[in-house]
Amino acid sequence: MSAALAGLLIAALVVAVAWIVSSPFRRPLGDEAAAERSDERRSLEAARESKYAEIRDNESDFRTGKLSEQDYRALDRTLRAEAVEILRAIDELDARAGDASAAAR
Amino acid sequence: MAFAGRIALLVALCLTLYGIGAALYGARTHRRDWVDSARRSVYALAVILTVAMVILEAAFIRNDFSYNTVAQTSSTTTPLLYRMAAVWSSQQGSLLLWVWLLSIWSSLAIFLTRNRMRDVVPYATSVLLGFGAFFTFLLVFYASPFGQTHPAPADGAGLDPLLRNPSMLIHPPMLYSGYTFFTIPFAFAVGALIVRRVDAEWIRVTRRFALASWLFLGIGILLGAHWSYYDLGWGGYWGWDAVENAALMPWLISTAFLHSVMIQEKRGMLKVWNASLVLGASTLAIVGTFLVRSGVLSSIHAFGASTLGLPFVILIGAMVAGSVYLVVTRRDVLRSEHSLDSLLSREAAFLFNNILLVGLCFVIFWGTFFPLISKAATGTTSEVGASWFDRYTVPLALILVLLSGIGPMIPWRRATLANARRNLLTPLAAAGLMAIAAYTIVPIGSSPPTVILFCGAVFVFAGIGQEFWRGVRARRATSHESPPRALVSMVRRNRRRYGGYIVHVGIAIVFIGVAASATFQHEQTVQLRVGQSVRVGAYVMTYAHATGSVDDDPAHTGATLTLGAAVRVTRGGRYVTTLHPEAGFYPSGAGIVPGEAVASLISGQAVSIVSLDSTPRRDLWAAISPPGGGIPEQSLVAKADTVDPASLSAVNQVKLAYYLLAAIEEHYLRYPPTAEFTLLASPLVMWIWLGGLIVLGGGLIAIWPGPHGMRGRVRARYLARVARELGSSPAGATAAGASATTASART
Repeated sequence: MSAALAGLLIAALVVAVAWIVSSPFRRPLGDEAAAERSDERRSLEAARESKYAEIRDNESDFRTGKLSEQDYRALDRTLRAEAVEILRAIDELDARAGDASAAAR
Repeated sequence: MAFAGRIALLVALCLTLYGIGAALYGARTHRRDWVDSARRSVYALAVILTVAMVILEAAFIRNDFSYNTVAQTSSTTTPLLYRMAAVWSSQQGSLLLWVWLLSIWSSLAIFLTRNRMRDVVPYATSVLLGFGAFFTFLLVFYASPFGQTHPAPADGAGLDPLLRNPSMLIHPPMLYSGYTFFTIPFAFAVGALIVRRVDAEWIRVTRRFALASWLFLGIGILLGAHWSYYDLGWGGYWGWDAVENAALMPWLISTAFLHSVMIQEKRGMLKVWNASLVLGASTLAIVGTFLVRSGVLSSIHAFGASTLGLPFVILIGAMVAGSVYLVVTRRDVLRSEHSLDSLLSREAAFLFNNILLVGLCFVIFWGTFFPLISKAATGTTSEVGASWFDRYTVPLALILVLLSGIGPMIPWRRATLANARRNLLTPLAAAGLMAIAAYTIVPIGSSPPTVILFCGAVFVFAGIGQEFWRGVRARRATSHESPPRALVSMVRRNRRRYGGYIVHVGIAIVFIGVAASATFQHEQTVQLRVGQSVRVGAYVMTYAHATGSVDDDPAHTGATLTLGAAVRVTRGGRYVTTLHPEAGFYPSGAGIVPGEAVASLISGQAVSIVSLDSTPRRDLWAAISPPGGGIPEQSLVAKADTVDPASLSAVNQVKLAYYLLAAIEEHYLRYPPTAEFTLLASPLVMWIWLGGLIVLGGGLIAIWPGPHGMRGRVRARYLARVARELGSSPAGATAAGASATTASART
């Protein structure tokens, strides 16, 4: 009984593993270019979040008295300019994505 | 079912090899289907190893002694809870736990990054599966937990009584989670270096996993210290043991990484250093695993000599060589974008803290491996003791505590002297007051390092308290919220910063507990007869009377006989508490042996069961050495075993043996012999564990992702501000405004 149960368990396990790892080959492939754009967008979003965190930290440092107003404003301007560059890059990427989907239609 | 377990491990090994191949092929040919298949191999590995783990756990719960590991580390007299924990008390079972946890955490990491870093993830997947392959290979060919013996023995040897402690249910899984989590930042670092991508997203992913491994390992280390203090009967929580040190080293390096990666994130600096730290921490985690399993260094926590040393040396060699190769060949992408602006800046403070942490790690590494180094150099094995470690680690730790207070109070890039003075004034004044108190009110002036540490800790508390207070005040000025609401909003808005501050407070509290208890602990090891007393610090401890029980040990550890003492504690003539230290005696594991029936009930390992009265101010701790060494009342036991039970049934023979044991216990209670006690009065020990809980809380705040709604609001507000304040640049403002709209719509 135990041997039969063990045999069944092994068979079920092997079938389940084969099913799980082969499932990507049984599906049609997605839009590779779109996936790459989405990857690039996530990367830019991470850069944007990081820049926002830096702006917040800078503001927090100013409010808790670690930075003079002059230093804070100068640094804040630089960081915001960098944030705008990232946002512009995201918009450009989105515009390219829009063109690509229009072309596909 | 053992056969199913063996096959499951074999399938797991084949699966890891397939997954590595699929991931690498997918990465090289940019075939998403192969990469997805490799990712699913990681999930499938977790499923298979869960099945293997369940099979082994079931064998322990069912007392199936045909499994060698069950027979060696469990028994019918081992309580169910400890039978379940006994799975990881053997080399084989703990290896299975290691790779099982690895598969679980790898699955989590691969799932969370399934739509991110598509170029890095395939390589990271193959590295994670490489670790999986290594450990399943060991399980299949070196240390199978499913090895069997037929016919099965009637009973097992039982779980080592020292491991019969509730913390053993959670301490090894926590520690192993820490170790296995370290493979994830390692894998992502390798992947990122291969594809030459160490950008913001890499930092974001790696930092979160590094923080998780840091948190798990830290809690595991603290639980180990707790177990040592409450269970090992020597009165300490840290002995600079090789295995303890092995867990501490990667923790120190990852602490350094968690700080220095912020410099890379904000300034684009220290990229080589950060890559080296993250690769080094993971390698040290494997070194720790090697030390536990190879028997190369002696330790109370290690599994003893084994054949696993060579495979681990090969793995560590490959990790070191691969890491060095990747860092050296990727120098171009790891070049710093900026240099240090000022020595009075947060990045400079972090840099100093990194140097100290790495220095501390090096000292511990040197001391830990000194037996091997000395043997290689001189041919004789020498060891360094706790005092050697203390000599070098205490000064470094003191400076680290100070830096953990200074860092949060100075800004990035450059601080002006005026601002630094303004921020440091209150904490310095608080530290000064503490110094005065140390020599007047609080009696710690006799130990200068402790005074410095207390002052440093007060400096940290005051500095971070000031940060919270100013932050809340600034928030209230703009939001008009109530102080508690403003505090919560402020922390939610910047979890990393304030979670990190809370961690600093927790660490300072841990250091206070360690410094106070290590410096001002009073200890007595004495032999007392009933009625005799001894002074331990300000307390008088009196052996009031003997205690005992048969087959009913109060700690529920499965002891057949428990003998102990009631120790009455007074202070200045006033009653404080009564401690009940005990010694537990366990069966031999060979069953009831004819002619030695009573002895076989109690001739297993005898252990001391500590009694503790703990308050925030002090701990009173007592342990009693097992009376009679291995077997108590030896002459009576020998006499009892002369009773010939041959005419009785097996059941009645056992009953008779217990009856005789009860008579022996009764004799011990009536005529208690001189007992040897270890008695301690230690200040502030409880704060070590409370500090650990605060660290855990701060770590969870720092690691917890912000709620989407809040992120959306913050994002929208910042986007609007970016657009408004840079209105002089119409193109930038337009772009920002457009993005604000799309981002708001998306969230």
